[in-house]
This record gives sequence, structure tokens and C-alpha cells, in this order.
Amino acid sequence: MISPALPLESYIRQRLQERSAQNGAPLLMSHWVLGYPSLADNHAIIEQMVANGVDLMELQIPFSEPIADGPVIAQANQRALDGGFRVADGLAFIESCVKRHSIPFLIMTYYNILLSYGVEAFIREAARLGVRGLIIPDLPLQEATQAMDCCQQADLAWIQLLTPTSSAARLATIGQQGRGFCYCVARKGVTGSHTHFDDSLRDFLGRCREATPVPLAVGFGVKHADDVRHLRGMAEIAVVGSAAMEHYQREGSEGVGRFFAGLRGGDETANRPKK
Amino acid sequence: MANGYFGPFGGAFIPEILHETFRQLTCAYEEARRDPDFWHAYLSLMENFSGRPTPLTLAENISRHFDRRVYLKREDLNQTGAHKANNVMGQGLLMRRMGKKRVIAETGAGQHGVATATMAARLGLECVIYMGAEDVERQRPNVFWMEQLGAQVVPVTSGTCTLKDAINEALRDWVGSMENTHYLLGTACGPHPFPEMVAWFQSIVGIEAKAQILQLEGRLPSHIYACVGGGSNALGIFQPFLEEPEVALVGVEAGGSGLHSGRHAARIASGDGRVGVAHGYKTFFLQNSDGQMRDTHSVAAGLDYVGISPILAHLSQANPYPGGRTEATGGRVRFAAADDQEVVHALQFLMRHEGIIPALESSHAVACALRELPHSDPRTVVIINLSGRGDKDIFTVAEAVQDAGWRRFIQQKATLYAQLSPQEPPR
Repeated sequence: MISPALPLESYIRQRLQERSAQNGAPLLMSHWVLGYPSLADNHAIIEQMVANGVDLMELQIPFSEPIADGPVIAQANQRALDGGFRVADGLAFIESCVKRHSIPFLIMTYYNILLSYGVEAFIREAARLGVRGLIIPDLPLQEATQAMDCCQQADLAWIQLLTPTSSAARLATIGQQGRGFCYCVARKGVTGSHTHFDDSLRDFLGRCREATPVPLAVGFGVKHADDVRHLRGMAEIAVVGSAAMEHYQREGSEGVGRFFAGLRGGDETANRPKK
Repeated sequence: MANGYFGPFGGAFIPEILHETFRQLTCAYEEARRDPDFWHAYLSLMENFSGRPTPLTLAENISRHFDRRVYLKREDLNQTGAHKANNVMGQGLLMRRMGKKRVIAETGAGQHGVATATMAARLGLECVIYMGAEDVERQRPNVFWMEQLGAQVVPVTSGTCTLKDAINEALRDWVGSMENTHYLLGTACGPHPFPEMVAWFQSIVGIEAKAQILQLEGRLPSHIYACVGGGSNALGIFQPFLEEPEVALVGVEAGGSGLHSGRHAARIASGDGRVGVAHGYKTFFLQNSDGQMRDTHSVAAGLDYVGISPILAHLSQANPYPGGRTEATGGRVRFAAADDQEVVHALQFLMRHEGIIPALESSHAVACALRELPHSDPRTVVIINLSGRGDKDIFTVAEAVQDAGWRRFIQQKATLYAQLSPQEPPR
């Protein structure tokens, strides 16, 4: 067992070696919105994900204005808030996840949650809870200096986002700042729409590879075991978000477990949508 | 302004995927701004299509009533009945310059959606309007006009199904469509360059008003009142007066059910707004202690918004113009609020005394002026920015004044429609 307390990048590389002894497929990072449908239900869901091969996990602290999220995750944000979600409860929950499971956890949220808590205080608290990284999609590089400095001091990875619309120069600038891994947005769109894993993806990930020395995670659209397999050699981490939520809505937390087991490639056809 | 900052407010807090789009938009806007031909084309279009310059009307009866000089800047006489036309036509011309063929916009009450749809029809553009599903239900007349004008209205069912969700949805569309699409933001909010760009197009209001008052009165006004939702009409009229220290600038926010009720949209006047980042920019937002945006309330849908232009947020705190008057808050612009009840009375007052039907939004500015006029210096000369006309508010106003005849009319119509099958054309 590799310790999740290792520096994030080292954890990823060691875990990859372990996986490659099995089948060489990339690691799986799952995404869940805290408080959806409730914090009480979240433990069972997260247990299912960990038990079925998820290698690292981003937990989203809901925000009322989730501009970078697609409809499924945006709706989950609102449901969580309607259910009375509070940031303090979410942080306590994250701490219990870190204690319970031996994979690294990251926090995904929007900048206003940090700003309201106090940027430095939030980052220090996240580090104290044992969180390994932060993903803040509405804080672009030119606005992120303070947050990045705080993360550096707290030994928390500030996860950079690379996108197909970024110029080569912009990719390089962002990529050089990469810590832990870089999050590659695989399509021109938001979370939840299916990506065509075609040559343009290969080309984009090639550009990302040139831009940064850290591992690459590909997000926004992974739905099937084939998608994960397809990424072999192109990226180190496949990110799964909306699809897991859709499985939850249809089949509950055990459905989420079956879905991830399927993504791991045990059953190559299990996650195919029924025609 | 560097990076679109106004003091500590503004900026561009956008997902990385939109970085390049905003860079291109900023370049196109800055080029257009440097090109005198662009502004001339804009003036000519506004003259020809929107009846500009709009008059500065002396409100004779009100002036006599208070023994003060009270002028109304008649933005209600624009194409589609509000200052919104200035912004949509300006951005429409910018789209033409950028070669974009599809326009998307968010709309709350529907006014900005209707204005955008008229622009798209006039300039031959494909038009998609995002509108909260709840607003689509509440604002059927505007949905009707948008569709008649050829726009596609998409009801947004995420979040709270209102304006902020429509903004989020429009941004999501843009992330996937930026190559051929322009996102036409309706007010001086959002990420850079929108606040600055919208304020620029709206400055046509103040430029005209300044020339008009100098001609009519031979002096500058002592006060200018404007309602503030996002802040575009207020910035429009204030800008040319910012460096005139003797002119008091008053922004009037929506007091809703009262500033102590918690049901309002007064971000600055209430003192409840806290600095935050949402919808891509930093300003005062009405939010809870976790940073979640609160629900706002106003009788005027156009003022019912959690944020405020970063330019106005800055002007509420600071006075970047040497010699400018500093009001109680220490800023160049003073903020006040008018509550729903006051606003309906102000609307009735203006209708009865001047024969002008102002929008509920604009009636906030009227209400504040009426409240302050009796205590003012006798030499006071006031301009109220009458940002829009009130025909659109017929349902809300009829309900607010509890008009029995209107209620009977609606009931009769409802009965008539209830008897029809959905396919049958109404008689």
C-alpha cells in the first residue's frame, strides 16, 4: 500500500507503477459533490468508490454559482445547498474521509468559498485536515498568486488547468506552475458531455505533455472502460464526475461501485449504454 | 484600467477555457474604442434606429410642485423602451466587426432578452436567450416577443431557475461555442472587459444629458439620480459628470420589502453586501457567511440581482476624481434605497403629474428624488435618469395597486382560454 501522505506527484507515479503491473491503464480520480444528496449518504458512496478502484478523489464544496460545471453537477450543488449544506460541516466530513480511506483527497470548489473563509485560513485548514490538493476553476493563473503561495507554504498542490483553447505560450506558462498533476480539460465545454477520444485529444494531450513535467489528468467526459483504456500512454489519470452521479441517480451508491469496477476494466462491456 | 480593475473591484475570474475568448474580445473592444469611425457608426445607428438623442424633459408640474428644476432623461423613448438598446446595439456592431454570427444572452425579466432579439433581427444574427425557467413562466409577454422576433428562448432549469442560473448557462454555452458566438452581457457587470465596455456604450446617455442641461439651464445639475441594478444606466448618465465636483451622483438600489426585512437587493445602501467573487468578477455581493449568494427581492425584476457593477462598487468607496464631492460613504457616488411601496407611489406620482409611465426600475430613482427634493437647496437642479418605460410592468403594477377592473379582465381571459383546447386558436 502506497501512503497517501507522500507528495502527490510521487503518490501518483508509484501508484501508476503498481497499476501498470496489472494492466497499464491510467489511475482513476472520482469527483463528488459534498452534501449531495446529503453528507450522511456521502460516506457510503465514497466507500463504494474507494472499494472499487478509485485511486484519488476530488470532493466538491458546493457553491451557489458553479459557472464551470455542467448541468448534472450544477444541479447537485444546488440540491446540497437546499439541503442546508454548510462549509464547516463539509470540512469536518473531509477530515473523516482522510482518516478513513488511504487514498489522497483533493478539494474542488469556487474561489468565493475561499475568499469568504479567508484564502490563507482555508488553505491552512485544508492542509491540516490532510487534503493534498486544491482545484479552483474560476481562479485563473493571473489571479491566483496569493492562493498559490499559500498552497506552496502549506504543502498543498495547487492544481493547474490546461485547456484546448489555450495558446502554446499560455500552456507553457501554466504548465511550469504545475504541482501534483495538471488537469486537462478534454473538450470545449463543461463537465458532463461526452468527449470523442479522437486524434484531437491525442494532439491536445501531446501539447499538455510538452507544457508540463507533472502527470496529466483528463477530465470532463469519461464514461466507459474503453475511454479509460484509450487514455493509456496519453495521460496518467482519468477523471470521472458526472457519469458517476448519473449512475448514482439510477442505481444508488452500489451502482456507483459497480460503475467504477467496470471502468477498471474487469468487465469491458458493463458500462456500455444500452442502445 | 489594468486587468479591468477599478480599485479592488472587477477583474476576470473566468474558467481557463474562456481565457482566449476574453483575450480576443478585449482586443476587439480596445481596437473599436480607438477607432473614431466605430463610435460614429454607433451614433448614426442609434439616431436612426433608436431615436437618439433622447430628450431631456423638464418635468414642469413636479418642478412647480417642489419649486425646484426637475429634468427627466428620457431613455424610456429608446427602441424597446429602455437604455438597454444602447448596449445591445453597440455590442451588435462589435460582433459585426469580429465577424460573429450567433449571439447568446442571459435575461432575468426579459428586457435585455427582447433588446438583444431586436438587435439580432436587425443585424441578421442567430439569437439564443437563456432565461430561468421560473422567469419564463413569470414573464410570458417578453418570452412571446423574443420568440416573435426570431430568438430561441431556452428555459434554464438548474439552480434556482432564475437570472444567475441563466448567466451560468450562457457561460456554459459560450465555452463550447465561442468560435462563432458572442455572449452579450446585459449590464456593466461580469468579467473584464464587460463592465468597462457596457459603461462605454451607455455613456451616450450622459454625454447627451450634459450638453442638454448646459443648453437648457446654462449650468450643471446639482443632483443626478439613477436606479442601480447591475448599474449600466447609472454609469451611463454618471460618467461625463464624474469630474464635476458640484454634481452629486445618487445611485438608488432596490429596497424591496425594506432594508431590515432581508428581502431586498440593496448591496451597498443596506451595508449587507460583502466583497466576493461570482459570475466572473469581484464586487459587493449579497451572500451568507459561507459565501453562498442570497436570494434577492424587488418589485422591479431588473434590479433583482445579487451583485453590482465593479465600477460603481469602486465609486461608492473612493473618489478617484480630485475635487469631487465626497458623500457620507467617502465615495464619488452616494447610494440610497427605495422600497417597493415608495416606488409604486413614485410611479403613480409621475404618471398623474407628468403623463409619463416610468418602469418600476426607473421609479426607484424617481422615489429617491421625490424624498429628497423637499429638503433641498432652492437652487437645486435635478436630473432623474428615466431608464425605461413602464408598459411592461402592467401585471405587477395592476397587482400592486389592486386594480379590480384589471383582475376581472384577467379572470375573463383565463375563463375564455380555459374553454379552448390547446390547438384551437383563441377567439
